[in-house]
Amino acid sequence: MMLDDFMIRAALAGLGVAIAAAPLGCFVVWRRMAYFGEATAHAAVLGVALALALSLPILPAVILAALTMAWAVTLLRGRGYGMDTLLGVMAHTALAAGLVAVSLLSDVRLDLMGFLFGDILAVSKQDLGVIWGGAAAVVALMAWRWSPLLLATLNPDLARAAGIDPRREELWLTLSLALVVAVAIKVVGVLLIAALLVIPAAGARGLVRTPEAMAMGAGAIGGLAALSGLWAAYLFDTPAGPSIVCAASALCLAGMLAGALRGPR
Amino acid sequence: MTPVISARDLSVHLDGRRVLHDVNVEIAPGEIVTIVGPNGSGKSTFLRALIGAVPLTSGRVDRAPDLRIGYVPQKLALDATLPITVQRFLSLPHRIGKVEAAEALARAGAPDLATRQLMDLSGGQFQRVLLARALLEKPQLLLLDEATQGLDQPGSAAFYQRIEQVRQEMGCAVVMVSHDLHVVMAASDRVLCLNGHICCQGTPEVVADAPEYRALFGTGTRGALALYRHKHSHSHDHPHDHSHAGTE
Repeated sequence: MMLDDFMIRAALAGLGVAIAAAPLGCFVVWRRMAYFGEATAHAAVLGVALALALSLPILPAVILAALTMAWAVTLLRGRGYGMDTLLGVMAHTALAAGLVAVSLLSDVRLDLMGFLFGDILAVSKQDLGVIWGGAAAVVALMAWRWSPLLLATLNPDLARAAGIDPRREELWLTLSLALVVAVAIKVVGVLLIAALLVIPAAGARGLVRTPEAMAMGAGAIGGLAALSGLWAAYLFDTPAGPSIVCAASALCLAGMLAGALRGPR
Repeated sequence: MTPVISARDLSVHLDGRRVLHDVNVEIAPGEIVTIVGPNGSGKSTFLRALIGAVPLTSGRVDRAPDLRIGYVPQKLALDATLPITVQRFLSLPHRIGKVEAAEALARAGAPDLATRQLMDLSGGQFQRVLLARALLEKPQLLLLDEATQGLDQPGSAAFYQRIEQVRQEMGCAVVMVSHDLHVVMAASDRVLCLNGHICCQGTPEVVADAPEYRALFGTGTRGALALYRHKHSHSHDHPHDHSHAGTE
């Protein structure tokens, strides 16, 4: 059957992650959360270490680590340090501590590269089910909370006046972010997840006039990047995850140029 | 008459600093109330407390059941990364049709803006779009936080006349914060002078004569207020005295 071909499975995995990352990536860009995404993704390494140490399934451990990181950042926010400093400390600490923890479990050292840069060509049918399940959950969540989240992003007080609690909406966003991190690990790896969130959304910005169009555009750029990146990886025998991100960057640049040529809008 | 919203013994601390204390206010249906006060006197915080955006240290805010609030914030920092048309902005959080949006824009004095990007609007256009969005909620209470910031004097006079018109058409109570003392006081039924607590309140004439108000704003306002009352239906050049020492 079709899914027996590893390239088909890889393509479907890439498309699933691209679709889930698109609406979320727009919020990451609008709310200036790029480094927040980075920190959440790096925390996933800690989650992997935890899962290996305690022989737990990886997926829930990664979600838990990502949520814990998001929660810790929220707690420390506004305590006299700049957000970028805070996230820089947290993101790199999580990554380094995760790497140290994984290395202490010496028998799994070989898998490390897979977690850091993804292993999309090794996606199993079961992985595919998890990726598409997670992607569907994120898209459903985003569709459900879209308007309140958008208003809370524009101005928290406007949301308040309309009876929307901006902090609760932020929680939905954080939860979606943790889910995307968890399902994207297999595809691009911990180090490049944030790229998949930010780059397609940035590429779509110059081409659109509404938030919805930007999410669609980001999805199109992300999907196209996944497919062309995989194809390039096959053609030039390069690592798949970084190839996908490179393809996304090229498309993003094209989008920015096209946007600039069409003038301010 | 049952108030649409009331604050009782309201106190608010922000970052450990006491911003508001012992504030007692009742807003009656359909009245226009203006809040004046120096910088840092807690005017914006008071409005934000009314919509529930700041935690109260003590006291309470009571709203009429199912109260619909239209809120126009002091400043809306638009992020250039977020593309959005006026029509889409008006549809947040509830979808509205083009006809309804056009009506609200016309009522707010900003027709023909629906397809424009929010980012591209001038300050005055943007304030009117914010007002249109607030009106779409069919508010029983309209809260305006320095809504005329960035407008020139004729512009803000026109804006307040529009507010009065909106009040007549929709019957909503209006609470506004402003720096344009003369203009705004003349357009109000009641003025609250706020400086951490309510120093004095009453009709514009009463407040302009109150010693607490004069201590904050000087005595220049009285004459300008009378002038404004007398002249404001004409569109001559503006006879206001701008040397009101002590205002911001």
